Amino acid sequence: MILPRLALRNLLGAGLKTWLNVVVLSFSFVVIIWSQGLYKGMGDQARVAQTDAEFGGGQYWQEKYDPFDPLTLQDAHAAIPESLQTKIEKGEAAPILISQATIYPEGRLQTILMKGIDPAQSVVNLPTRFLDQENEDLPVLIGTRMAKNTGLKIGDTVTVRWRDVQGTFDARDAKIVQIMKTNVPTVDQAQIWVPLDKLQALTRMENEASLVILAQDTREFPQTSGWIHKDMDFLLKDINTLVKTKQVGGSIIYIILLALAMLAIFNTQVLSIFRRRKEMGTLMSLGMTRGKIIQLFTMEGAMHSVLAAVVAAIYGIPLLLSFAKKGWAMPQAMDDYGIALGEVLFPVYGTGLVIGTTVLILLVTTIVSFLPTRKIAKLKPTDALRGKMT
Amino acid sequence: MDNSYLIKTDELVKIFPMGKSKITALNHVNLQFKKAEFSGLVGPSGSGKTTLLNIVGSLDSPTEGSATVMGRKIEDLSHKQGAELRNRHIGFIFQTFNLLPVYTVFENVEFPLLLLGLSAQERKKKVMKALEWVQLADRVKSKPAQLSGGESQRVAIARAVVKEPKIILADEPTANLDAENSHNILRTLEKINRELETTFIFATHDEKVIRYLRRKITLIDGKVARDEVFENPVGKGEGQ
Repeated sequence: MILPRLALRNLLGAGLKTWLNVVVLSFSFVVIIWSQGLYKGMGDQARVAQTDAEFGGGQYWQEKYDPFDPLTLQDAHAAIPESLQTKIEKGEAAPILISQATIYPEGRLQTILMKGIDPAQSVVNLPTRFLDQENEDLPVLIGTRMAKNTGLKIGDTVTVRWRDVQGTFDARDAKIVQIMKTNVPTVDQAQIWVPLDKLQALTRMENEASLVILAQDTREFPQTSGWIHKDMDFLLKDINTLVKTKQVGGSIIYIILLALAMLAIFNTQVLSIFRRRKEMGTLMSLGMTRGKIIQLFTMEGAMHSVLAAVVAAIYGIPLLLSFAKKGWAMPQAMDDYGIALGEVLFPVYGTGLVIGTTVLILLVTTIVSFLPTRKIAKLKPTDALRGKMT
Repeated sequence: MDNSYLIKTDELVKIFPMGKSKITALNHVNLQFKKAEFSGLVGPSGSGKTTLLNIVGSLDSPTEGSATVMGRKIEDLSHKQGAELRNRHIGFIFQTFNLLPVYTVFENVEFPLLLLGLSAQERKKKVMKALEWVQLADRVKSKPAQLSGGESQRVAIARAVVKEPKIILADEPTANLDAENSHNILRTLEKINRELETTFIFATHDEKVIRYLRRKITLIDGKVARDEVFENPVGKGEGQ
């Protein structure tokens, strides 16, 4: 325990130089935790929103269904298998039928997806109850993004054209009964929601669906012929990849900041070893081994990060907590970011993040502090006492 | 080895390479030092005084021959063993004091005891005793920068004495001090030598120091030119 005490004593004895390094390093602590917390918050928010509004507790896809292939979409439907039908009747699953369609808002043509959903479902968090309108021939629910792009408002009528199972074109006027506000662009952009039974009737696909969304607490996933179970790992893969990519991009800022702090510490260490040769000689004459002197100087450098952690905690904890509470308002342009961000982003700082960052900085600082001290291993005590470097 | 000697050198040779040529700092030196000797290596600059002190202090190793300190051959010691020998049995006093600048007087004197792993209570007791020896018990909290040259050297003496080593090696300990401080320092060292029976070896060409020595070894060109013993050194009682 003698070395840490001596190292701390030497470090604090160096005064302003130490504190300058410590302050720069503490910025790295706060920025790393803040930015990583922000990305974690972004990922968590996106996952929750997407799970809530679109993925549920997993999905069954009709075997031809591929959301990224519009050419196969017309054939991606089949009768709902009995095992899934049982879950639907219990309210544990919601079938979705998807058909390509065209709408003509204000005389313009727009290709969209027409999605049929049970108005009474409670599996995903969409305001589908507004579709339960007996008086309307074809009630339609759209999102705010879709409304903005098409100029449609509640109460507007728009012509919808589609093809039925035989490939025959048909068209009808539909009425916008509700515009929903959602963080999830994939249940909003370029699509309209209609009652499932109406879409099944219009396309002559009675009791058929393209996919079935399971409730979030589903634990059993029956084997069904012609339908493929897609688990949450699969469904959230794109979000996870996107968040990871953003995280890597964001890391560049803190890598630069950390590099600057490390450069300052490296410089301090090199100067220390150059200027304090006589001190090293004295330590050797007092009976300290070269190994112990290397440890002492390395520890001195590494302790910058310990002090930085303390300083970062003093101003960083209130700052980061207030940020986590108030969140960060996302600009409107971020709505096209590709994932469900929401209007305010709340950073999430986990214990793992804080401990991980502390360990990372401590490790990097120790390595950077150790590198210049290797010169001490070659130092002759007599040369050191004369202030000479061997 | 004859056990009555603390230090013994046999045909000790030290050669330093200097570019393409070589300098012989010590040339077949044969010396023995007993317990409680108050001796000095004197001679002009470059005569090999500091080199001999460094080898005896295990800070350097001989090129040829042998140096035996406390029964251990310096040339056979590893770095770690050398450090242990210095830590336990040898104290150093330097011309430029070599105090650790960020430590207080107390911490500087305490340092060798920390390396020995003594308890805080033991350390405090020994440090205060050593500081009383050098009459600096009232300056425990001062930093080296706040001390005069004489006070700094007294702290360095306290640091060398605190672990009560068998041997103290002093390289030009009065070179940076005025006459009054030099005499004070020498009287303190003599008192320590008398009361603790510590063997002192000085490397010096300061006449003030030479007058205190009970044994004077004159080195010229790395060889022992004279080895004289004085029953009653003339320096005793000077400067009082």
